[in-house]
Amino acid sequence: MSTIAKKTVWTRRHLVDAHSLTVEEIFEVMAEAKALAGIKVPLLAGKVIANLFYENSTRTRTSFELAAKYLSADVVNLDIATSSAQKGESLLDTAETLAAMGVNALVIRHSSSGVCQQLASHFKNRLSIINAGDGMHEHPSQALLDLYTMLEKLQTVAGKKIVIVGDILHSRVARSNLHILTKLGAEVHLVGPPTLCSNPEPLEEALEDADVVMCLRLQLERQTSGLIPSLAEYRELYGIDRQKLELAKPNVWVMHPGPMNRGVEITSDVADDSLIRQQVRNGVIVRMAILKLLLQETGG
Amino acid sequence: MKTLLKGGRVIDPSQNLDGVYDVLIEADHIVSVDKDIPVSEEMTVHTLTSDQWVVPGLIDIHVHLRDPGFPHRETVESGTEAAIAGGFTAVCCMPNTQPVLDDTLTLEYLKAQKSRIAVYPIAAATKNIEGKEPTEMATLKKLGAVGFSDDGHAIMNAQIARIVMTYCAMLDMPFVCHAEDTNLSGRGCMHEGHYSALLGLPGVPWAAETVMIARDIELSRLTGCHVHFTHVSAKESIALIRRAKAEGLRITADVTPHHIALTDAELMEYDADLRMNPPLRTQADVHALVEALQDGTVDAIATDHAPYARGEKNQAFDCCPNGVIGLETSLGVVLTHLYHSGKLTAMQIVEKMSTGPAQCLHLPGGTLQAGAPADITVIDSHFQWQVDPAQFKSKARNCPFKGHTLQGKAVQVFSRGRELFVDEYVRQIPDLIG
Repeated sequence: MSTIAKKTVWTRRHLVDAHSLTVEEIFEVMAEAKALAGIKVPLLAGKVIANLFYENSTRTRTSFELAAKYLSADVVNLDIATSSAQKGESLLDTAETLAAMGVNALVIRHSSSGVCQQLASHFKNRLSIINAGDGMHEHPSQALLDLYTMLEKLQTVAGKKIVIVGDILHSRVARSNLHILTKLGAEVHLVGPPTLCSNPEPLEEALEDADVVMCLRLQLERQTSGLIPSLAEYRELYGIDRQKLELAKPNVWVMHPGPMNRGVEITSDVADDSLIRQQVRNGVIVRMAILKLLLQETGG
Repeated sequence: MKTLLKGGRVIDPSQNLDGVYDVLIEADHIVSVDKDIPVSEEMTVHTLTSDQWVVPGLIDIHVHLRDPGFPHRETVESGTEAAIAGGFTAVCCMPNTQPVLDDTLTLEYLKAQKSRIAVYPIAAATKNIEGKEPTEMATLKKLGAVGFSDDGHAIMNAQIARIVMTYCAMLDMPFVCHAEDTNLSGRGCMHEGHYSALLGLPGVPWAAETVMIARDIELSRLTGCHVHFTHVSAKESIALIRRAKAEGLRITADVTPHHIALTDAELMEYDADLRMNPPLRTQADVHALVEALQDGTVDAIATDHAPYARGEKNQAFDCCPNGVIGLETSLGVVLTHLYHSGKLTAMQIVEKMSTGPAQCLHLPGGTLQAGAPADITVIDSHFQWQVDPAQFKSKARNCPFKGHTLQGKAVQVFSRGRELFVDEYVRQIPDLIG
């Protein structure tokens, strides 16, 4: 697929959510990712990208860092544990400080929902804000890489039955996936304990003839706060194992945004046959596409 | 020293009066309201147009003046100047100051502060608003407290609430109830519903308010205490209050301007100036609140004016404090959203913002009857203006209506016969009409 011939629809400076993405924008990310798969190209030479991760993350931060480096951008990783944040500096002040130093994009992960939207409203066109997961709100790059992975296997998601299982209420991954998949015409089913998912349908009904089953990580503190009685009961009711998968299509694909609790939301054997590695691999190229679209100088 | 307000549209719910009348003031009280009062030399005459309403001074029974303790947010002086600019001639201030308004010393301090209008303290119901031990309520009443509340903090222990209400009943004082079950509201920072799901923010279910209203209605029945529910926000709460009033219980209620003008759909940009407790709710709730104003279930409109310094609101939405300011926009919002939209009559507007609030907390004012204190607000109901918080008298800028265009404004304010405020626009009126 040629990226040169394609007329661009991309005008946004920030990626803060999947909710506001149009179908055309989603497909543009997919096309760019496909074109960038497996190559390194200096499209962003001279650009500076700062990773600002206020929550622990290995996978997403490394994925964004490598994506930037494969495009020859300079990357700064702020070690929040030793930065001014520990001295009480606000996120806004930290972001302004980095902007003053000439940073072109901030990749942000934060425990508070909405901080990326707040920063995008504040900075407007001065720099790009990229949401790498904000609280319980969204994780758009994850949903885009999940879509890319599904498209590799299924060619289209329109009309496909996709089941997301787990702690829907607290999951930014589920939210972003729900927005993108429903925009593209997929039939999305949400399943989880009623304290963690509003109006869930029974897992058995949801799994019947499913094309994709996406397991979410169960945060262990959900048990200590009383939202689920025990991990054992959760595993019994919602853990994805071979037996439950019998209900789905024979060639059902299992996905997980990681990191997994093997033996809780997914059994080890199911995990080993899942698309988790492909998701991680595709994460880098989808993030390359996102960075290119947001940061590459257009016109000329 | 006499003052004559000539030719305005006088609206006074306490006398069921609505028409073009003159109002004669002598010293600090009203002498008469009548047609064509003859002008004499000793009078200062203000000529008004019939588009200008002359109403009993507006009263806001729910204001946080932040004094003592938080002068960077507001003081008695800055807060009451904001009130005057908004058309108010009296405010009730809430006790969650530092130290709390829970003893004689802090009430004496409050009285000593500079203010050009009446400030009626609502004293703490429990010591240090901790919900554990009742305050010395009889003593606080003698010092001028007009009601008791732990506003912002619910009294979660029903036995303590019962004791407080029993004392309130003995003293014939209202218990002003901030209804919230704090276990149900938890870490919630907006209404629990479609938009909280979309925004990924922890929600406050309507039930957090309604279960507490249910409890305190029953405690009112048990103790005989007059309970005033403030900032009621959910339609389910309204249903309970309506039923309790029909049963003849001693219940009154107020709603805020923001809860009748805004919904949780406004929160899509995570603007911290739209975060308050109780949170903005849905269109169905707004509809129920308006209906409750129409049928008298809700007696008053009060702002819950809650000033914060800029840095305090400049945080992640789930980390910033609850509260918005309202004194300088209240009247404009109410006229725009309730009067010009045809939902309430002019008489009802004045009732909800002056006569009603006075009755809820048994305050002087709310009337233009001969002999009453000359607390009077002149309102231009058609004046269009854009809300610019930079122009506010309040020290705070956390205004949910910034940038909104409103129709209607207080243009002149008299307190005890003294002219405190006059809008530039009004000064020109005599010239305009020749």
